[in-house]
Amino acid sequence: MLACLLLVMTMPLLIGIGLFLKSTLLLDNNSIINLLFSKTWKPLNQNFGFYPFIISSIWVTLTAIIIAAPICLLTAIYLTQYSKKYFLKIMHPVIDILAGIPSVVYGVCGVLIIVPFVSTIAPIFGKQSSGYTILSGGIVLSIMITPFILNILIEIFRNIPDELKEASLSLGATKWETIKFVLIKKASPGIISSIGLGISRAFGETMAVLMVVGNVTKIPKNALDPGYPLPALIANNYGEMLSIPMYDSALMFGALILFVVVLFFNIISRLTITKLEIY
Amino acid sequence: MMTKKTEENIFKVLMVLSTSIIICGFLLIMGSVLIKGLPTLSIEMLTEVPQGGYYFGKGGGILNAIVGSLYLSLGATFLAFIVALPVSLFMNVYLINKNKLLNVIRYLLDLLWGVPSIVYGAFGFIIMVYFGLRTSLLAGIITVALFVIPIMIRAMDEVFKTVPRGLIEVAFSLGSTKSETAFKVFFKQVIPSVVTAVLLSFGRAIGDAASILFTTGYTDSIPTSLLEPTATLPLAVFFQLSSPIPEVQNRAYASALVLILIILIISLLARIISNKNNLKKFNIKNAVNKRFIYYKNIRNNYNLSYKKRRKSQQ
Amino acid sequence: MKATETEIKINNLNVFHGNHHTLKNINIEIPKQKITVILGSSGCGKTTLLKCLNRLTDLYSNIKVNGEIIINGEDILHSKEDITNIRRKMGLLSQMPYPLPMNIYNNIAYGLKISGRKKKKYLNKRVEYYLKQINLWEEVKDRLKDPASSLSLGQQQRLCLARGLTVDPNIILADEPTSALDPVSSNAIEELFLNLKQHYTTVLVTHTLRQAKRIADYVVFMYLGEIIEQGPADEFFNNPKMEKTKSYLRGTSN
Repeated sequence: MLACLLLVMTMPLLIGIGLFLKSTLLLDNNSIINLLFSKTWKPLNQNFGFYPFIISSIWVTLTAIIIAAPICLLTAIYLTQYSKKYFLKIMHPVIDILAGIPSVVYGVCGVLIIVPFVSTIAPIFGKQSSGYTILSGGIVLSIMITPFILNILIEIFRNIPDELKEASLSLGATKWETIKFVLIKKASPGIISSIGLGISRAFGETMAVLMVVGNVTKIPKNALDPGYPLPALIANNYGEMLSIPMYDSALMFGALILFVVVLFFNIISRLTITKLEIY
Repeated sequence: MMTKKTEENIFKVLMVLSTSIIICGFLLIMGSVLIKGLPTLSIEMLTEVPQGGYYFGKGGGILNAIVGSLYLSLGATFLAFIVALPVSLFMNVYLINKNKLLNVIRYLLDLLWGVPSIVYGAFGFIIMVYFGLRTSLLAGIITVALFVIPIMIRAMDEVFKTVPRGLIEVAFSLGSTKSETAFKVFFKQVIPSVVTAVLLSFGRAIGDAASILFTTGYTDSIPTSLLEPTATLPLAVFFQLSSPIPEVQNRAYASALVLILIILIISLLARIISNKNNLKKFNIKNAVNKRFIYYKNIRNNYNLSYKKRRKSQQ
Repeated sequence: MKATETEIKINNLNVFHGNHHTLKNINIEIPKQKITVILGSSGCGKTTLLKCLNRLTDLYSNIKVNGEIIINGEDILHSKEDITNIRRKMGLLSQMPYPLPMNIYNNIAYGLKISGRKKKKYLNKRVEYYLKQINLWEEVKDRLKDPASSLSLGQQQRLCLARGLTVDPNIILADEPTSALDPVSSNAIEELFLNLKQHYTTVLVTHTLRQAKRIADYVVFMYLGEIIEQGPADEFFNNPKMEKTKSYLRGTSN
C-alpha cells in the first residue's frame, strides 16, 4: 500500500525529471531564453524557437477563457439563484455528458460546425479564411472547458450559506443587489481559481485544438490567423522525432514547458481558493 | 428604482442566454455527430477490420480500433485499479487521523489530475524507450493507467470518505487487524460506488487520444499480444478525418459516434449503479466536484478535528 | 406605565414545509418597544416563525404560508408593497454572525448605500454613530478597512446587529443570536438589547430559559409548532398555567 502511495506521490516529480532529462540535449546546445523567444523553427537546421507556438497557445487559451468564463458565471448564477430546482437536476447530466465527451469528438464537431462558421464570418472582419484559425480553436476549447468551470462554480455558489443572502435581503437589498454585491464577492476567490483551472485545462488540451487550429508555424496577429499551439506541435511531430535526437529533445522540452505552465496555473488557482479567503 | 429593475432584467436575459448557449452547444455536438455518423454506420463497420484500400474508401470496418480501444482501456483501468484501491484505502484507514498529510496527498493528486494528457503521452514515451519497448498495447496501457490513476484514487477517496467513522472504529475494536478491516468492512459498504469510480475512469481512458499518440502505434489488425501495436477509436477518428477522401471522412464521423455511444453507455451504467445500489444515493461526480469546497474548508476542518481531539483527551 | 401598544399582530398563521405542518394556528400580539421572547426547544418552529415575519420564507419554494401578519395595519403576507421595503423595517440577527464579505466600514454602510445614500460625509457619520451604539467604535475605529471576518465572533455579532439598525427598522428580529458566543459576548449582546428596547420592538428566539428570564418582557412558549402559553414575563415565569409550561420550566431551570 505504502509503496503504491509513494509511487503515486512521486509521479509529478518523476514526470518533471523525465521530461527534463530528455530536454537536456537541447538545453545544452541552446540557451533557454533563445529557445523561448526565438521565432525560427527549423528542426532540420537545428533552429528551435518555441516563440510562435507559445504565442499561439496563449492566444487560443485566452480566446477560450474570454468566451467561456462569462457564460459559465452567468449560467452558474442562473442555475443556483434563479432557476427552479428541477432545472438544475436536468442540467447536471448535460454538464456531465459534456465533460465526458472525448476531445477528438469535440475536434470532429469543431471541423463540422465551428470551422465553416468561422470561415463564413471571417469576411465580415475583412478577412478571407479557411476557418482553421485561432478563433475556431478558442471556440472549441471554450465548449470543452465549460463543463469543467461550470461544475466548480455551481458548487461554489451552492456552498454560500443562505444566511448571508438573508442578511443582505433583510437590509432591503433586492435579489440582484444581493447577488451583485454579496454573493459574487463572497464567491470571488472561487471564481478566480475556477478560471485559473480552466486556463490550465485549456492550455494543455491537444486533439480538439490540433484538428481546427490550422497548424501553421507563424506568429498569429489576430484571432482569425491560423496558429500552432504547443500541444499540437508535440502531437503532430511524434512520428518524425525519433530520427533526429535534437528534434526528439525539442519536443520533450515542449512537453516540459506545458507541464510547468499547467502546474503553475493549477497551484496558483488552488492556493487562491485556500489563501485568498479574506472575508 | 426603475434602473435597479432594468439592470436585473438585462442580466437575467444574459443568464438565460448563456444557459441556452450551453444547452445548444450540447445539442449541436450530439446532433451533428449523430446526423453525420449514422448514415455511414453499418454492421460491416462494426464487425470487420480494414481491408486493402480501406483508407481510399474501400471495404472494411473499424473493428480493430473498437477492440483495440477496449483492450487498452480495460488493461489500463485494471492496472490503475490495482494501484488506486490500495492507495485510497491506505489514505482512509491508516492516515485518517493525519489531516495535514491527507490534504497534501489530495492536493498532489489533484495536481496530477490537471496535468494534460499529452504530457502523460510524452512521459509514457520516455518510459517506453527507457525499458526498450516498442509502440505496443502494453506501452499504451501503462501510459493511460498513469493518466487514470489520480482520477480513480480521488474518486474512490471521495467514496471512502463518506463511510461513517463509527463503522471503522467498531471493526477495530473487535480485534481484527487493520488490513482485514480495511478490506472487509470498507469494501462491502462501498462496492457500488467503487464500481462507479472504475467505470468513470474507464470512460476517461477510452476517450483519450493525446496520451496514446506516442505509445500504441496503429495497425489494421486486432492485436494478439500485449507487445503488438494496436489501433484505438480516438486515433481512428483522428486519422480518418485527416484523410482527403469524403468516404473516409464519413467513417471518421461514424467512428466518433461509436466512441460517444460507448462512453454514454458507460456513464449511464455508472449512474444507474451509483443511484440504485448505494444506500446514500451517493453521486461520485458531485462529490468529486466538491473537492474545491473542501480546500476552502481545510482550515475549518483542521480546527474542528483539533478541538475534537482536545475534547477526547480531557 | 403607559398601555402597551401592539406592533405586530399574527392571526391564524399556518406554515407547511411540503406536507409537514410546521406552524399550527399561531396567534400572537407582539407589544411595541418591548422584548418578546419566543421560547421552546429546538425544532419547534421558532425560526420559521421569525422568517415569516420578514417573509424570508419567500426564498424557499417548498414553504407555504397561510394567515395574516399585520404590521402598521397592513397584512405583510399579502401586501402589494415592495418586499424590500417591508424587510427594511426589520433588522435581522441570525444564529451565527454572517458579516457581509466586505470590510467593517462597508458592512455598516451597505444598508445605507442600498437605500440610496451615497454621500461620503453622511456615510462616515452614520457608520460612526451605529458603531458607537453597539459599543464597537472604540475597538475598531482604527481598522475600519479590515475585513469584517477579522473580528471576533462576539464583535461580528454586534456588527451584524448594527448593520441591521442602519436601515432604521422599527423591529429587530433575532434568532438565537447568542448561541454561538462565549458568555462575555452574550452578555454584551443582551445588554445591547436592553438598551435598544426603548427605540425598537425586539423579537428574540431562544432556547435558553435563563436568557429569557433575564431580558424578556413578554414570553411566547412554543412546542412542536403550537403555542402552548404566552403572556407577560412575570406572569409566565411565576405563575404558569399550562402543565407543559410547568414541566418545561422545571426541567430546564435546574
